[in-house]
Amino acid sequence: MSSIIQVKGLKKNFGALQVLKGVDAAIEENEVVCIIGPSGSGKSTFLRCLNRLEEITEGEILIDGVHLSKENENEVRTEMGMVFQSFNLFPHMSVLDNVTIGPRKVRGIDRKEAEKKALELLARVGLRDKADGYPSSLSGGQKQRVAIARALAMNPKIILFDEPTSALDPEMVGEVLDVMKGLTHGGMTLVIVTHEMGFAKEVADRVLFMDEGYIIEQGTPDEIFSHPKEERTKNFLSKVL
Amino acid sequence: MLYVKGFLVALQGVPVTVGVTLIAMVTGVVLGLVLALMKMSRIKVLTALASLYIEIIRGTPLIVQALIMAYGLPQLLQSSGISFRWPYLIIPAVIVCGLNSAAYVAEVIRSGIQAVDKGQMEAARSIGMTRAQAMKLIVIPQALKIVLPSFGNEFVSLIKETSVLSYVGVVEILRKGALWNAATFNTFEAYIGVALVYMLLTIPSSKLVKHLEKKMANSNAE
Repeated sequence: MSSIIQVKGLKKNFGALQVLKGVDAAIEENEVVCIIGPSGSGKSTFLRCLNRLEEITEGEILIDGVHLSKENENEVRTEMGMVFQSFNLFPHMSVLDNVTIGPRKVRGIDRKEAEKKALELLARVGLRDKADGYPSSLSGGQKQRVAIARALAMNPKIILFDEPTSALDPEMVGEVLDVMKGLTHGGMTLVIVTHEMGFAKEVADRVLFMDEGYIIEQGTPDEIFSHPKEERTKNFLSKVL
Repeated sequence: MLYVKGFLVALQGVPVTVGVTLIAMVTGVVLGLVLALMKMSRIKVLTALASLYIEIIRGTPLIVQALIMAYGLPQLLQSSGISFRWPYLIIPAVIVCGLNSAAYVAEVIRSGIQAVDKGQMEAARSIGMTRAQAMKLIVIPQALKIVLPSFGNEFVSLIKETSVLSYVGVVEILRKGALWNAATFNTFEAYIGVALVYMLLTIPSSKLVKHLEKKMANSNAE
């Protein structure tokens, strides 16, 4: 059985700047993978290549065995949700509409059914009562939870999280991490770029440490956090733990 | 009082002025949106066409465009053997104002679209929307909200610009005043009356635009 995400020889340049210098990775179905590393290591870029928000310079990405390309990017994205550091909720729509617009406009599901599912998802993230409100009335933590509900509404196989709590005030980080923890039991593949080491230790099946455009080391949370092999990994962890 | 009479005469032109302005505004926004999207397109031909159109229209006076449309075009067609006359000169007048407005509105809309946070498009694409869907459902609605005050300003400008149409035979505010002047030689009262009527239209409109700008600023401050 092949991995749900396969990355081979991934290189990504922004003009003259080489951000990803040759990354190979395989992520299994229902795995929870956390990517850690210093700023500028290419973690976010790597994540954004997986749903083609960034176009790769060289290499290959296979999602569920299918070669990711411009032609199928829309289709692939319907199975691959993303949660952004800056939430990116649609401000001109209610919270409920934010969650239903994907299913309605992309999957063609009718409004009633989409709203029913959306309300369930909002209840799941603890925001059912905010359904008719607008994003501007929400706190950062609430916005991010709605963003997670929006991603879930499309019933994706994979959800990508790009530093989901980095822009939150500390007291709201927990509520978002709790929601994310709830997803790890749900039979979904999660790829999470994060600085929350405690969270990674708790939920990850595998941790990838990236630095300067490469995956330096990977392993179980215990392997990486308690017995890191590479010097750079040890260096980074000594600064953040 | 002759000033009152001058004012009342000019007032008779208001329906035409406002009518032309409104139709031109609507045309301008619709066509302007098309032009903005063309200019931002990845198809080079569309970009070039839109840019050319905008350059030409913004580079020439409205009155010249009006003359070309109202008198030049029929004459050109006639010399090619096609008998053509505008049934009413207000028709080319409205067309020209719309086409003219579109060129300015296009730039306004384009800057509005570019002002929308890039993350919006990314979030829309991340749930599987095509670029077209994302533009239609997410980006353009927000862009229009951003540029609404600019539309208001364009409306106020248009009200005043329609005065050039008096030169191509449209009986709007200015022409009413000019005709009365020609008949009575109350020149000063005639044109003061005209000016007052324009102010009657533009001042409340400007106030409305300022009010809109304030509302926009408040709704963005979270």
